[in-house]
This record gives sequence, C-alpha cells and structure tokens, in this order.
Amino acid sequence: MDLSKENFDQTVTESDGVVLVDFWAPWCGPCKMMAPVVDEVDGEVEKLTVGKVNVDDNQELAMQYNVLSIPTFVIFKGGQVVDQFSGSMGKEALKERVTKHL
Amino acid sequence: MRDVVILGSGPAGLTAAIYAARADMKPLVVHGPQPGGQLTITTEVDNWPGFENGIMGPELMEEMKKQAARFGTEYKEGWVEKVDLSAEKKTLTFSDGSTLDTKALIVTTGASAMWLGIPGEQEFQGKGVSACATCDGFFFRDKKVVVVGGGDTALEEATFLTKFAGEVVMLVRRDEFRGSKAMQAKARANDKITIMWNTSAKEIVGDGKVTGVKLVNNQTKEESEIEADGFFVAIGHKPNTDLFKGQLDMLDSGYLTIAEPFTTKTKVPGVFAAGDVADHVYRQAVTAAGTGCMAALDAERWLEE
Repeated sequence: MDLSKENFDQTVTESDGVVLVDFWAPWCGPCKMMAPVVDEVDGEVEKLTVGKVNVDDNQELAMQYNVLSIPTFVIFKGGQVVDQFSGSMGKEALKERVTKHL
Repeated sequence: MRDVVILGSGPAGLTAAIYAARADMKPLVVHGPQPGGQLTITTEVDNWPGFENGIMGPELMEEMKKQAARFGTEYKEGWVEKVDLSAEKKTLTFSDGSTLDTKALIVTTGASAMWLGIPGEQEFQGKGVSACATCDGFFFRDKKVVVVGGGDTALEEATFLTKFAGEVVMLVRRDEFRGSKAMQAKARANDKITIMWNTSAKEIVGDGKVTGVKLVNNQTKEESEIEADGFFVAIGHKPNTDLFKGQLDMLDSGYLTIAEPFTTKTKVPGVFAAGDVADHVYRQAVTAAGTGCMAALDAERWLEE
C-alpha cells in the first residue's frame, strides 16, 4: 500500500498490528532491488501490513522518522516504532526482522 | 552435489551464470545482502557497451539476472560463513548452519566500500553516515556534508553532492588528490566544495544523527571540530575475501591471485575467481563480466577433464 501524510496515521500509528514501512524513491538503486523482496515478504508473512513511502512525495514523513538513507525500513507494533534499519538485505533476513515482532 | 556454484551476483557472477547455464551446468548463484553488487548503488552506467544513452545500474543487473534465469540458473539467498576447499568436494556453510556441496566453485564476491573505523561511524550508519552519495545525497538538501577521500570516488561523490547540499567539505589525508585531472578540475571549480588538506576525521559526533566531525591536521597535529549533517566515506574498496583466508592465495590487500595467466584458475583445482575480487587494476563492470565468462568456460573445461 502506498502511504502518504493522509493515510499514514490511520494505517500505521493507529494500527494495533505489526506494520513494515518501506521508505524508498524511484531513483534509488537498492530500493529498486528491494521492491520485489518486500512484496514477497508481504505475501508470505500473515498478519503483516506493508506500506511504502515514496520520499520524493513525502519529505515530511521521511524527516519525521529521521530517514537519512534509503531504503530505510521502520517496523511499527501497536503504533510504536520497534525497529528501524537501512540498506538492502535478502528476503529471509527481512522476514526474520519482522516475524520476531509478530 | 552441484556441478557449479557461483558465489556473488554482480556482473562477474551473473555472466558466469549465463555461460554456465547455457552449457547445461545448472549453476546456482548464491547472493548476499547486496544482490546485484556495486552497480545497484550507481545511477546511470554510461560505459556498458550497447546502450547509446546509458542504462541504470540496477536495471542492468535485473536484466542480467533474468537473462541467466532464462537458461536455468537458480538463485539462493544466504550468507556463507565458512568454506572448505581442501577436498575434491567443496563445501559451503551458511550462517543458518546449512551446507552446500559443489564440484566447481566460481568466486565472484566482489568488493565493498571501506570504512574508516573511527568512533561514531557505525553508530550513525543511516543516520548521516553513508558510503553512497547517489543513494543518500537527497536527504541533505541545503545541509553541510563532509566527504572523506582523495581519489576519483571521493571527487565524484563530492561533486554529485553539490546538487543537494549547501556546502561540501572534502577531507584529504595528504596535500594532493589521487584522482584524475579531469575530476579534480571539476571539484576545484565548484564553489560549494571546500578542500581541507592534510586532514583526517577522528570522530563523528551526534545526537540521534550526525551533528559534527572532530578533525586532526596530520602535519601540525592540531585538533578541531566542524559542524556537519552528513558524513560520506569514499576511501576506496576492499575485496570480499575474508572467507578464503588460508585457503586461496591473495595479495596483502586481499585481492585473490590467479595461478595461471590468462585464466581464472586459483591454486585450488576447481576453484575459479572473476570480477573485482581478483582485479585491483581495472575494476570495471565490463571487465568483471569478461572474466566471469572466462570462469564459466574454465569451470566447464575442468569438469570435463
């Protein structure tokens, strides 16, 4: 799901579940490599919501979460940030990072 | 047991895969945390033949991956922690404890950006510290950033960063650049770039994110501190060969050495090396692809013997 200022709180900070937010941009190579990985994790991990923030269009959100490098992944649980990390990684590694909060 | 396993998924690994797959060797490509290699953190690649207007690095790698898959290449994600090359059967051990056996091994693990190893560098990773200006420059609009290094990469990154940053300070360890004349001229002519000669970074300071850098003058030993929002390290690359220490021959700098000229053979029969991991001279995408092709052909011949 594409996230913006309009739907971010409703989807992420007001959610009871676990949400993985992917901060990315179309000009970012590693983000492009990570996109299919994130989609697969989304499909394979039940009870996980995945949202994508295009930082070109949402600089405020990027600033709010101190994103200074992309891809940056932020994991929310019950509306709170429980993990934040940057850089590309494999599918299993990303899966492990999110499932530990489920 | 596999006939051939290719360790690494940059241009060398994927070209080896294309050739090995077409020779019906059913290669398996093992990729690590940066699938596609260094080209995935570049933007436009203008020196890959066949693209008049250049091609985006990540796109080129995606195409190569699909091309290799078309001929039957398989992919596996994982981090190899240990290799045993002492027996005819080569064994790879992954971080989850699983193992993989293969007759031939093609090493295309490439190189990674080097870090300074100073305090704060790890702590502020992704919070102002970066080794990729093209990835992270965007976040430093009108800010002040520091670039460490005196070679082509540093000059290129500093010049690129002026598109976003208000001020770019280059820290150069010596009193001259190592980079090409053309790149130097470009950087020197840029009003946004300030050069600090004979200067090294001692520590990165911050509070949740980078706020400044402690410096030392290498000649006078005088210490100072400057404000900065970003810290970009561009001091070169280091081959990813720790895994092979004690099993394959390498230079002091870590680059693997080839046992026989004009081949990709290492001193261990059945183990071949291609791409940046064994090339401290050219380090180009196209030369990596070239040696990747050689490695697949060498492996094929070796398997037949």
